[in-house]
Amino acid sequence: MRDMDEIRLQVMWNRLISVVEEQAMTLLRTAFSTSVREAGDLSAGVYNARGEMLAQAVTGTPGHVNTMAEAVMHFIAEIPSESMYPGDTYVTNDPWKGTGHLHDITMVTPSFKGDELIGFFACTAHVVDVGGRGFGADGQSVYEEGIQIPIMKFAERGEVNQDLLRILRLNVREPNQVIGDFHSLAACNDVGHKRLLEMLDEAGLDNLERLGAFILSRTHTAIMERLEALPRGTWSNDMLTDGYDEPVKLAVSISISDGGLGVDFSGTAAMSRWGINVPLIYAKAYACYALKSVIAPDIPNNAASLAVFNVSSPTNILNAERPAPVSVRHVIGHMVPDLVLGALAQALPGKVLAEGAAALWNVHISARPTADSEGRRAEVLMFNSGGMGARPTLDGLSATAFPSGVHTMPIEATEHTGPIVVWRKELRPASGGAGKYRGGLGQIIEIAPADGHEFNFSAMFDRITAPARGRDGGQHGAPGSVTLDDGTPLRPKGWQHVPAGRRLVLQLPGGGGFGEPNERSREACESDQVKGYVTEDRS
Amino acid sequence: MVSHKIRLGADIGGTFTDIALEVHGTIYSTKLLTNYTAPEQSILDGVEIVTRDAGISPADIDIIIHGTTLATNALIQRHGAKTALVTTEGFRDVIEMRTENRFEQYDLDLVLPPPLISREDRFPIAGRIGAQGQELSPLDEAALEELADTLVERDYGAVAIGFIHSYLNPAHEERAREILSRKVSVPISISAEVSPQMREFERFNTVCANAYVRPQMANYLSRLQARLKEMGAGCPVFMIHSGGGLISVETASECPVRLVESGPAGGAIFAADIANRFNIDQALSYDMGGTTAKICLIDDFQPQTARTFEVARTYRFCKGSGMPISIPVIEMIEIGAGGGSIASVDVMGRIQVGPESAGSEPGPACYQHGGEQPTITDADLILGKLDPHNFADGKILLSIDNARQAVSRDVGSKLDLDSDAAAFGICEMVDENMANAARVHTVENGKTIDEYVMIAFGGAAPLHAARLCEKLGIARCLIPQGAGVGSAIGFLKTPFGYEALASRIMSLSSFNASAVNALLGDLRGTAERFVRAGTDDRILFEVTAYMRYAGQGWEIPVPLPNREFTESDKATIETLFRERYVQFFGRAIEGPEIEFVTWSVKAQDERPEPDKVALDHEGTPIEAETSRDVFDPVAGAYRPTGIVPRDTLQPGARVIGPAIIVERETSTIVTSPFDAVVQSDGAILLVRKGAAA
Repeated sequence: MRDMDEIRLQVMWNRLISVVEEQAMTLLRTAFSTSVREAGDLSAGVYNARGEMLAQAVTGTPGHVNTMAEAVMHFIAEIPSESMYPGDTYVTNDPWKGTGHLHDITMVTPSFKGDELIGFFACTAHVVDVGGRGFGADGQSVYEEGIQIPIMKFAERGEVNQDLLRILRLNVREPNQVIGDFHSLAACNDVGHKRLLEMLDEAGLDNLERLGAFILSRTHTAIMERLEALPRGTWSNDMLTDGYDEPVKLAVSISISDGGLGVDFSGTAAMSRWGINVPLIYAKAYACYALKSVIAPDIPNNAASLAVFNVSSPTNILNAERPAPVSVRHVIGHMVPDLVLGALAQALPGKVLAEGAAALWNVHISARPTADSEGRRAEVLMFNSGGMGARPTLDGLSATAFPSGVHTMPIEATEHTGPIVVWRKELRPASGGAGKYRGGLGQIIEIAPADGHEFNFSAMFDRITAPARGRDGGQHGAPGSVTLDDGTPLRPKGWQHVPAGRRLVLQLPGGGGFGEPNERSREACESDQVKGYVTEDRS
Repeated sequence: MVSHKIRLGADIGGTFTDIALEVHGTIYSTKLLTNYTAPEQSILDGVEIVTRDAGISPADIDIIIHGTTLATNALIQRHGAKTALVTTEGFRDVIEMRTENRFEQYDLDLVLPPPLISREDRFPIAGRIGAQGQELSPLDEAALEELADTLVERDYGAVAIGFIHSYLNPAHEERAREILSRKVSVPISISAEVSPQMREFERFNTVCANAYVRPQMANYLSRLQARLKEMGAGCPVFMIHSGGGLISVETASECPVRLVESGPAGGAIFAADIANRFNIDQALSYDMGGTTAKICLIDDFQPQTARTFEVARTYRFCKGSGMPISIPVIEMIEIGAGGGSIASVDVMGRIQVGPESAGSEPGPACYQHGGEQPTITDADLILGKLDPHNFADGKILLSIDNARQAVSRDVGSKLDLDSDAAAFGICEMVDENMANAARVHTVENGKTIDEYVMIAFGGAAPLHAARLCEKLGIARCLIPQGAGVGSAIGFLKTPFGYEALASRIMSLSSFNASAVNALLGDLRGTAERFVRAGTDDRILFEVTAYMRYAGQGWEIPVPLPNREFTESDKATIETLFRERYVQFFGRAIEGPEIEFVTWSVKAQDERPEPDKVALDHEGTPIEAETSRDVFDPVAGAYRPTGIVPRDTLQPGARVIGPAIIVERETSTIVTSPFDAVVQSDGAILLVRKGAAA
């Protein structure tokens, strides 16, 4: 009988992962937000009654997944269990209790079986607008960045809070899409809840306790085994990033002990006056993601596997305090993996990839007709990626998102959303750092306003002053640049203008190389030449 | 009229070539090993066997319907022509940059599939069409003239042309082909013809794939026709395409990418035909073989179709790890779960099954052909689902000892389970994986799975179907006769059909009836032309618009009436869209604009209605003469289970579960919650005890 029990619990674990995958798919198919539907900027998960994450959907991006793991605890702390009812849905976009900026809406739904609260479903998605200055780094405080929704009820016993919707409708630029996304988020949790009840009924279980304990104890054992295999000690690393108007230093020390893996951001620059600050919850999400990808990529994300990581920091740009502006927290947040992996590489020599472009090169474009012409206004969001760092046994991936898990969008679709023309989007030769294994190439993008139009764009770029560094003798990747086609230099952060008739030219950074360049195989060098990945002088 | 014809279906699969011949309603079939160096030889050999069995000569065959995995294999194994891609300046790397995404986020050593056409073979040319179909900059014709020389010099075997927004305005692609073809003698494929859909990565990749397999497929098809003629079979040959219709060999030679996935499409049509005969309006076809399982939804006797799919997945069947092909296709999900799928235990002590497969060589451990890893077949054997002395018609003697040894070593000992429990765990896990995939697939399509009737075929499906039904809450499952060569039989039932698609983004509020009528007229003309190549019968048209709320990225198919539209149809279309939306996602949304993205017209010839037969849910219980101990998943223990040979069963017999119905190629497991009722045509209906008809 014990045997049968073991197998049934294994099967249900499998099913629980399928339940959250259905939850995520529902969100993906119904969301309005470009970043969700085209780029997969979302996450979904299931929790036990104490708010411990048991499973998360494979579909999703690390910044959301690991932050959401903690978010549910905040909901439990603020909404007493006696005022939770079947049919409720809770919401927030609090950057410090959700996923790091106001654009991300987190919804949590209590799951009741009969009268018993057995767990929670949570999901997060990036919505198109939250009012304020719009998505960009120019805010001086979170108050300028949009509407703040405290942890509250979106729906009580199935009744949606109409007051909240009315306030939202008046505060955001695209109310139909934003409110549509609120409904999509709530609906996806409902799908998860319904599937969970079906599963429990089929298995003859009253709640998630036994299954949850099984999942967490198995995961705990597996992750502790991995931890035991690591060397003990403390290692540190630091790096520079562009910042808004002056370089920002990031620093970390990681310490591996029997108790777990400690990460501390002491020594990192103070908070910025601009919206590039990172709430600790988000920095922690990416630190955990990077470390886990190296030491335990095959162990699922849940409360037990995340528990071995202890992240701390004094107040600074990676642990920004309210009311710091945090709108584009992803730019520096995406640098955190390179930062912590640089420290881990000292503990595990030869096992950790080189630095890469890291931050996505998102462009938010606000296009309008020129003063004397007819035309249309539109907001266009593009996701673009530079090169990934070379791996210990492989070249870096070119123009591929890392650490973010998002997709790019087809330019044919992008050009339908607004009056712009993308004239170029292709690999940037000679941008990968040389090495035994070459860094991934960046890309070159040229965007012009359509005839009779001009646009403003929000720059959210990095690795322009500080390129991705190589590892173990590998050279650094090419830094990025932002200019107009006539050569006028532009800033890496903040809203700027592109007049009619000009093109915005983005050169995305390449990844760093791994190992000495003279150890690169001849075949690989020849192939780089034939394909034009390198230019003569650089090979 | 059609049913009087003598029809031959030939399905070339990865391992076997299946031939099915229908002579006045009787089916003769055979299975041969696929001959890789000369695939047509397997067909010729098969034709000889079945015509001899039927007592006819090859000259008596009226029509040959052929499906083949050769195009798919050429893409998977990368042995197509040396191909050049001519593309818009600034977009040389579209097929290499893909979606800029890692399909597996935690694998830092991820390798992306290399582009089908390498960077040095991709040639950018200036000239640009805009998002409204207008010319933004002229095509650089002088550069094309020069390029033509380069293409000849470098000895390319095929050329693909893919320009931005060509699905809206093909002028530049057509002109480029014209210029190049003055000097280049190899076939040139253009994306506006092969796949006129928005989204450049998918469209470019599709035209590249088409060009890449074209010389090889054209060559094969002409060889096949010639050899068939030599043996006296001079009848027309038609090809089944991925969308589940027939096209002429000439069309197939020009657009061979349409042949990708044609074999599995035949399986779905086989199931659809059975659904039609038994009047099952919601059927789930479940085809499980040696390496994978495939599931397809069939509503109103029509297999579900999609506009795009992915072939040649390189990473555990992971979404995103293959090549996107945007052509109309019968939509199937494929899971790495077949009889040969290998079981193991991961670091959390979880049993994992597949997608690695032991294949037929060395095969499962129990085959005694040198396979050492435990597979689904080994687990099935241990649990008593297979008779070791009567497997594959007695051709392979199975060793229970080998199976137990492998299962114990790789699974049981790691989890402290005996080999019975470990075997049960393996089967439960694979059944669960299939059930999860089926469930997610139905959710994605806004359907409810427990309302479906399963139709199970392929060697391994009848062993797992009943348990799968239990997990999915499905009450009825039909296991047809001839399930082993299902695809080839499906070919015989395939209509002459073609689906023409075009992307045209338009908001519903600015619905322009005359523009839509013109576009649909073109699509109707295209689709009809392909169908007319094969039939003079009446043609039925289906019109579908792929629509969404403006701002969404996922379109849903909305069936529209096949007629001329007027401005007043706006309201009708809005209602149809909202109904579909509710069906998919539960509730419609107020406020956002609704828009059209892609239009489709499907044409197919009208098929005679088959004689409908009601499903028999009752039957008369019979006693099994022998029994053996078989593991019962519900009880979690072995129970005496009746063993009944399928060929002794008469229509109307009811076999009470638990029981096993054995036959030459496979066994049907009737788990304890089910009984089995034999239908008038010999099909087995698994019906949940106490389920209402």
